[in-house]
Amino acid sequence: MGEGIGIQIEGLSKRYGKGDTAVDALKEVNMSVAPGEVVGLIGPSGSGKTTLLKCLGAVIEPTTGRMTLGGEVIYDNGWKIKDLRVLRRDRIGFVFQAPYLIPFLDVTDNVALLPMLAGRPNGEARARALELLTALDVAHRAKAETAELSGGEQQRVSIARALANKPPVILADEPTAPLDSARALAVVRILNQMATQYQTAIIVVTHDEKIIPTFKRIYHIRDGRTVEEAGEGRLLE
Amino acid sequence: MISLAGRDILHSWGKFVLTGLGLGLLIGVTFTMAGVYRGMVDDAKVLLNNSGADLWVVQKDTLGPYAESSSIPDDVYRGILGLPGVAQAANVTYLTMQVRKGKTDVRAMVVGFVPGQPGEPNYLVAGRRITRSHYEALADVMARFQVGDRIRIRRHEYTVVGLTRRMVSSGGDPMVFIPLKDAQEAQFLKDNDAIVNSRARTAANPALNRPGVPGLLDAIEASQTSNHNVNAVLVRVAEGYSADAVAGEIRRWKHFQAYTRAQMEDLLIAKLIAMASKQIGMFLAILTVVSAAIVAFIIYTMTLGKIREIAVLKLIGARDRTIAGMILQQALGLGVIGFIVGKIAATIWAPAFPKYVLLLPEDAARGFAIVMLVCVLASTLAIRAALKIDPATAIGG
Repeated sequence: MGEGIGIQIEGLSKRYGKGDTAVDALKEVNMSVAPGEVVGLIGPSGSGKTTLLKCLGAVIEPTTGRMTLGGEVIYDNGWKIKDLRVLRRDRIGFVFQAPYLIPFLDVTDNVALLPMLAGRPNGEARARALELLTALDVAHRAKAETAELSGGEQQRVSIARALANKPPVILADEPTAPLDSARALAVVRILNQMATQYQTAIIVVTHDEKIIPTFKRIYHIRDGRTVEEAGEGRLLE
Repeated sequence: MISLAGRDILHSWGKFVLTGLGLGLLIGVTFTMAGVYRGMVDDAKVLLNNSGADLWVVQKDTLGPYAESSSIPDDVYRGILGLPGVAQAANVTYLTMQVRKGKTDVRAMVVGFVPGQPGEPNYLVAGRRITRSHYEALADVMARFQVGDRIRIRRHEYTVVGLTRRMVSSGGDPMVFIPLKDAQEAQFLKDNDAIVNSRARTAANPALNRPGVPGLLDAIEASQTSNHNVNAVLVRVAEGYSADAVAGEIRRWKHFQAYTRAQMEDLLIAKLIAMASKQIGMFLAILTVVSAAIVAFIIYTMTLGKIREIAVLKLIGARDRTIAGMILQQALGLGVIGFIVGKIAATIWAPAFPKYVLLLPEDAARGFAIVMLVCVLASTLAIRAALKIDPATAIGG
């Protein structure tokens, strides 16, 4: 694959167990997300959403298939990257259902931690953190403890953290689940805005009915297989 | 890179300090136990130093006068004085007993000595030296007597005329010094009823009460109620003479056992307090293991409380060594707080102990190294647990 690909997967399968007890959690899954695009991944419980997310996040190894990230093949029936930890740190951003911020670091250092882990100087990492916090409109809480933030603010900080190392892809796992409608839509708007601003491909795993109409493209996953369909693409007020 | 351990400690410093405080008190107990042992050894050395003797002459085939009882005639010292190399020789008695003051008893070692001779306390902290031949006493401050107090030893009352310090037996009992003659009487004199009974028994014995030998019964009764024995003779060696050589002469010509200072130190430390030191050694070993277990438990619990954060850290690319370093630094931080609290606690409560507790700087340094080592070992369990945490835990619950 070439330029213009945020993340692409072809024929990705994941089998748990062996023999008679084997379970095929993913079956020949195909998916493609362009830089700057936000797609939804929806499906009922047990359909394989989390397994797919873990494979995309290089946390578990698929059984077969091919994955391309930012134009580079990272998996082709086996990992093509030696250090998956560095891959996750530098090229994949994560946004979780709960923000999972580090409680003993203030807001700035929660975001700056990623560039610091990548070896950036503290000053440079904090400048990057402030830039993102400003873009996400939480710069005024830069020195606050994470416990002092509202749920929406915490989620914005976790989005800033996901963007800190300028990854080509962000995986968002039910990012609006604990939020009310207004805050949930605000988070989706922010994700769209960040995707455009930083040319990041964003995959949002959700079963939140409120935000499903906001996606332009949706992947339905059922029994380990994906079906692509066009979404409404409405960013509701 | 920021210090994750430092930030975590600052974030929950109250919990951390309280945990360190608890650990510190345990470490303080460990230091105190070591101090009790050091105090026992020091007491033994002080006992020898304060006696002012170079040689201890005791009954043959005994380890007296501190480790075993010893009894020798009180005129032996004259013969010893005649040996070359002997500068001073003096009789001395030791008897551990209850000394009564008013309605209370104090366990003390009563020492009989000859004023101006080896065996007399080197210095006083209050009052004056004994100037009368009878019924005056000097006492160690640990006995809690005051100058002017009246104390009862056996049948007689004594006036405390002076106080001394750091004069205790190897068992830690304070010493009470009285004139030699009084001490001999205190050791061997029977009560009046016992004397009457003894005289009756002697008179009823036809072998001792022969009609044809006038004066024999009186002589035997007189010998039964008087005593001319002491426990040891303390010898000061003249300058230029070897204590070993003089001790050899005494053994050879006087047929008594003579111990040099080094031998006596070995007797006191290696034999007399050997069992106590083993006991304390066991306590120290158990306390060290308990401390290690507590540190391991605390660090392990703290780590398990951060499973989600550690999973997130691993997911976003933190190295294993970054996470291990965070846990290790916290364990060491806890150890440092524990050490400081323990050292301060031991220093504060050591003087309140009835026996001398000696806290040595080298023991503190050794203790610090052991605490750090224990913390490193204790953190390995938590580090293992942290490194096993699957980063996938952060995704999808």
